[in-house]
Amino acid sequence: MINKTVKSAEEAIKDLHDGMTIALGGFGLCGIPENCIAALVKKGVKNLTCISNNAGVDDFGLGLLLQGKQIKKMISSYVGENAEFERQMLSGELIVDLIPQGTLATRLMAAGYGMPAIFTPAGVGTEVAEGKEVRRFKYNGVEKDYLMEYAFEPDFAIVKAWKGDAAGNLVFRLTARNFSPLVAMSGKITVAEVEQMVEPGELQADQIHVPGIYVHRIFQGQKYEKRIEQRTVRKKM
Amino acid sequence: MLDKNAIAKRIAREVKDGMYVNLGIGIPTLVANYIPKGINVELQSENGILGMGPFPFEGEEDPDLINAGKQTVTLLPGSSIFDSAMSFGMIRAQKVDLTILGAMEVSENGDIANWKIPGKMVKGMGGAMDLVASAKNIIVAMQHVNKAGESKLLPKCSLPITGLRCIKRIVTELAVVDVLPQGGFKLIERAPGVSVEEIIKATAGKLLVEGDIPEMVID
Repeated sequence: MINKTVKSAEEAIKDLHDGMTIALGGFGLCGIPENCIAALVKKGVKNLTCISNNAGVDDFGLGLLLQGKQIKKMISSYVGENAEFERQMLSGELIVDLIPQGTLATRLMAAGYGMPAIFTPAGVGTEVAEGKEVRRFKYNGVEKDYLMEYAFEPDFAIVKAWKGDAAGNLVFRLTARNFSPLVAMSGKITVAEVEQMVEPGELQADQIHVPGIYVHRIFQGQKYEKRIEQRTVRKKM
Repeated sequence: MLDKNAIAKRIAREVKDGMYVNLGIGIPTLVANYIPKGINVELQSENGILGMGPFPFEGEEDPDLINAGKQTVTLLPGSSIFDSAMSFGMIRAQKVDLTILGAMEVSENGDIANWKIPGKMVKGMGGAMDLVASAKNIIVAMQHVNKAGESKLLPKCSLPITGLRCIKRIVTELAVVDVLPQGGFKLIERAPGVSVEEIIKATAGKLLVEGDIPEMVID
């Protein structure tokens, strides 16, 4: 077994520098790498390009990096919940590239599958298609147009998993999985923080969501707040 | 005229046994409350759930279990969880039978605009462009006219497009309207107490009215 363990978030991102492109897992605040985000804030790296479905809220998630003006460009599908984000975007301090959610997921996946590009119908005929190559294919009995979209090639990929082991194998819990396996596959260097580090062999080999080959550094997160963005409940009858 | 719940109730009648259904945010989410008893469907949430259940009881929320609107939800027996690429994979591959979403405008050839208003803060398209580009059956739930009183059923969309020639049916507070394959709207049903004339007046696009137009059955 190859041991991928590092001691801390600080060690895991020690060579993450200004101007790098990083992909981060999570959907809203669900499944975000809280410890690595805190370490990025502490390290103070700047001019980052962040690939992440969302941009956090003002005081949590990627919102913390926005507060420190550490992000130069965001590549996301939905960014609605963040006043500082809005201010930086409208003032031109922050470049925002909005792309369809499935395109975002599949461009990350393509990176991990060794495919330089994918074809998707999402965005055909919209401003998302501007400047992109369009190809016509017959699929499912129907001929239609598809956009060519390139695989992402982030310098760092950062995810949070529920359980992991020293070999870098990852298991996610419920919908905290979301983009994270795809993000984990995409990195030149992939960092995984986990809620629980377990002994190699404890994770069943056929239940692993991301095999350790994709993960370069792994550590147990110190603590998790796991904030809920939209607490929605029903009344007991 | 229908309220939001009545629009959701009418749309729920379009949901058939055995369907996999993706519900958007807003009125579409309410549809889940009115799916008739005895009809078995599985709700898909594009953040990676099939078999999504209702909101949890207070105290039973799990931060690791949310829907695509970031709301806490539950799972029903038989549910499954997967990553975002597989989620949009099953959407692209048309395994999801029915998509119900909101819109700002629909044109008479089935184009939809629902993600961006120039000059206003743009939040992003989320999964809407993926859904409308691939779904084989899309129903739009929306108001017939906007707050300024202007029709949202138009000859051509004025707002930035989300997807082309993809909408099949629209349910509003006034009517059920289909988009014809050759282009143009067709009036299918009217809301209780609403006249055909009122619907024609509220529709800017070409509207075909053939014969007697029945009132919607809601309950």
